[in-house]
Amino acid sequence: MVITRKAEFSASHVCRIDSLSDAENHELFGEEANPNGHGHNYVLEVSVEGQVDPVTGMVMNLKELKEILEEEIVEPMDHRFLNREVPPFDRVVPTTANLATEIWRRLESRFAESGRALVRVRVHETPELFVDVTR
Amino acid sequence: MTSLTRRYVFSASHRLDSSELSAAENTRLFGKCNNPFGHGHDYVLEVTVAGDPDRVSGLIVPVSWLDELVTDKILRLFRNRYINLDVAEFAHLVPTTENVTQVAADLLARDWREYIGGEGTARLEKVRIEETGRNSCEICLN
Repeated sequence: MVITRKAEFSASHVCRIDSLSDAENHELFGEEANPNGHGHNYVLEVSVEGQVDPVTGMVMNLKELKEILEEEIVEPMDHRFLNREVPPFDRVVPTTANLATEIWRRLESRFAESGRALVRVRVHETPELFVDVTR
Repeated sequence: MTSLTRRYVFSASHRLDSSELSAAENTRLFGKCNNPFGHGHDYVLEVTVAGDPDRVSGLIVPVSWLDELVTDKILRLFRNRYINLDVAEFAHLVPTTENVTQVAADLLARDWREYIGGEGTARLEKVRIEETGRNSCEICLN
C-alpha cells in the first residue's frame, strides 16, 4: 500500500550555465535564466510503500513522515535562495528535475530502515509543471 | 526514472454521436453528450516526458521546446474550436475523451523528433486529458 504526504516550501533559484551566453541560457531555460533569480511555491509529494501494521493500521506514522520532510527538505530549503544556500545547487543547476533528484537522494536513506520504501517524489514547481522521480 | 509533466488548458466544444447508430442508440449511449448542438469543456492536457536530466543543464527537456510542440500541434488545432467540425481527424471519429487523447498522443508522437529530438533524448511517456474535473483518460506510450 502506498501513502502520500505533501509539503510546501518557498524558495528562489536561477537556472543558468555560466559558460553559456545570455541567448543560449534563454534558449535552454527561458525566463528561468533571468540573472538575479525568482521564486516559486514548491509543492512536494512524497509516496512511501509498505505493509499496513496490523496494530496501528498505518503504513507509516504520518507524524514521523512529516518530521522527516521537515528536517531533510523544508527546514534547509524554505525561504532560501537555492543556488547560494542549498548544496549541491552552488554547482548544479536547480532545475525541477535536479531538485527532485536531490530530494529523492536526501529522503531515500531515511526509508531504508523498517521495510518501507520511497516509491515516488513529485515536485511541482508551478501548478503547470511537475517532475516525478520513481524507483 | 525521472519524468517531467506539463499541464495545458484548451476550451473546445464537441458532440458525441455515431453515424453508425440510430438516434435512440446514440441517446442511450452518450446521454446529454448527444444533445444536437454540441457543448463545451475546458480540457486539461498533461504531457509527460521521461528521460535522464542532462548532465550539464539538468533538464529532461527544455520546457520551451515542449510548449512549442504542444502549441503548434495541439492547442492551435483544438483551442476554441468545435472539434467535430473544425478538427479534420474527427470528421469520421466520435470525439470522446478516449479518442481526443489518442489523437493528441498520435499528433505529438508524429512530430516529436522534429521538435524534441530522436534516439537517446527525452521520450513521450504519457498523454492525459481531463474533460472535466471528474473525467480523464490517459495513454501510456511505453
